Amino acid sequence: MKSTFLNQARLKQQVWLDMMFRGLTRLSAFGVLALLLAIITSLVIGSMPAIEAFGFNFLVNPEWNPVTDEYGALVPIVGTLVTSGIALLIAIPVSFGIAIFLTELSPAVLRRPLGIAIELLAGIPSIIYGMWGLFVFAPLFADHVEPWINDNIGVLPVLGPFFSGPPMGIGILTAGIILAIMVIPFIASVMRDVFEVVPPMLKESAYGVGATTWEVVMKVVLPYTRIGVVGGIMLGLGRALGETMAVTFVIGNAHELSKSLLMPGNSISSALANEFTEAVGELYTASLIELGLILFFITFVVLSFARLLLHKLGQREGQVT
Amino acid sequence: MSKLNRILSGLGLSLTLLGATMAHAADITGAGATFPYPVYAKWAEAYKNKTGIGMNYQSIGSGGGIKQIKAKTVDFGATDAPLNANELGMLGMTQFPTVIGGVVPVLNVQGIAAGQLKLSSDTLVAIFMGKITKWNDAKIAAENKDLNLPDQAITVVHRADGSGTTHIFTSYLAAVSTEWMREVGAGKAVKWPAGTGGKGNEGVASYVQRIKGAIGYVEYAYALQNKMTYAQLQNRDGRFVSPTAESFKAAAGNAKWKASEGFAEILVNEPGAESWPIVGATFILIYKNQDNAAVGAEVLKFFDWAYANGDKLAADLDYVPLPNNVTDMIRKTWKEQVKDSHGKALWN
Repeated sequence: MKSTFLNQARLKQQVWLDMMFRGLTRLSAFGVLALLLAIITSLVIGSMPAIEAFGFNFLVNPEWNPVTDEYGALVPIVGTLVTSGIALLIAIPVSFGIAIFLTELSPAVLRRPLGIAIELLAGIPSIIYGMWGLFVFAPLFADHVEPWINDNIGVLPVLGPFFSGPPMGIGILTAGIILAIMVIPFIASVMRDVFEVVPPMLKESAYGVGATTWEVVMKVVLPYTRIGVVGGIMLGLGRALGETMAVTFVIGNAHELSKSLLMPGNSISSALANEFTEAVGELYTASLIELGLILFFITFVVLSFARLLLHKLGQREGQVT
Repeated sequence: MSKLNRILSGLGLSLTLLGATMAHAADITGAGATFPYPVYAKWAEAYKNKTGIGMNYQSIGSGGGIKQIKAKTVDFGATDAPLNANELGMLGMTQFPTVIGGVVPVLNVQGIAAGQLKLSSDTLVAIFMGKITKWNDAKIAAENKDLNLPDQAITVVHRADGSGTTHIFTSYLAAVSTEWMREVGAGKAVKWPAGTGGKGNEGVASYVQRIKGAIGYVEYAYALQNKMTYAQLQNRDGRFVSPTAESFKAAAGNAKWKASEGFAEILVNEPGAESWPIVGATFILIYKNQDNAAVGAEVLKFFDWAYANGDKLAADLDYVPLPNNVTDMIRKTWKEQVKDSHGKALWN
């Protein structure tokens, strides 16, 4: 009798605790949503003067002139997309190689130290990458790599104009390379983690029927871990799109649309970091806030696109089998 | 007896509290321009040692400083680019300069040492316009017959962030060239016709030091402390001068400050054989009608002390103090313009 009563009391307490816990988790989840909405709202309100003044033209106008109060976001938008694109172009194959080596090929002794080294790279603050980029990488790049690019790629018929310009060591290409170095640890460590969860039985079976390592990776490991791999790449892209300090140091910060990747450009986040403190006047501030809104939008579109891609991939597979 | 004790101790306590609030109220706060921050910090330290009254200055940038004083979250704002008389009138503020600094062109060209290269104003404008693109251009060569100029591309380096330094520099280019005035204009951030941008004086300095054939502009103090290669400029009287504290002082002495316009004077292209052509002051903004008279008076006292005793500290940091006739004019302006809520002058 007494014990039943005790149990009941405990049960009651547990129900109460459960409810409290549920409420707490719900509050946290909805809190994030509310925060997101609040940020979007304040960005929209803050950028209203610029939206009213420039409308859609803001997105395609390459001008950025604080003296005449005329602003357009084309240069920073292009800079953000191009630098992030270059970063992914370099980072995906390299990270893939790192992940395959660590999970399939590396001797067991090396796995842990190499894995830890990659995770450490992910923890370095971005300003360190920026300073390293400006003081170490850029001079080396300007003296040894860019002259070669100018002489060998810069003279090609179609690609040429994209790879010619004064060897300054600072510009869109440098920013892309620094970004690649920054996102490699993110993509590589996610890839490694998801490659590791592939059931050994699947791989062993493939090896058993005589598949090579390459075949196992491409036909067994990758299809099994597709979602995780795309997720890792998106994580890297997210970091590349929003990266501020490292890019500001090496991109050259010029509001100029140039064909050449060796020329300085600008990105949304570095324009914000550079100009917000001294921006006076309603239109100037509003234009900068609208840049932030655009970055928000780009990130949103990229994430949605990734979701859609995964969805399509899943559908196609459903049709094949 | 015990009752009396209690009353006395209560009185003591309230007195202490009163003292505490008074000491707190006496601390003055300001925010704004980054350029004068080192000297304001030094002045604040020396002033606190002397009077026990602290001055907290946040160097958040001129734009931020103006926003903060508008919101009245600080007792004074600081800006590198002066507001004009119209803006001051609308905001009900008065404006006065504190120290003077010079802006100097710095470069990185093999074989050219500090002070060797001479540039006329036309050549400087053409370089920053992107019209002269090689160091061995005939125009540069004509002004520097004794130098061996390389066949090297010129890379222009400017500030990427909005800054008072850019305001002073572009004001100079606009003052000497109608083309610059028309195509680019003057401001804390402009649409540069050429070149690449570095963040802050240190960003410009490191770009110039990294990029071969680069030319940029930085605060004089920055060029001096980093031992950068500066150029001589031709001033309004046609003489080539080097950037020194003396040539800045010469320029400041020839300026015509007007109290009625909030001293909104940009000291570029000033007359005088010894004058350095690119000089500018940094400014303080305060409300004409002070809500809190005690704090307003403390702000004025602080700057009065700085004008009287801060010259050496400023000079140590490579700023140029204001001439005495200017500081006298400023004190006179305080007396005429800064009032408490009853219309009584805060400065006597």
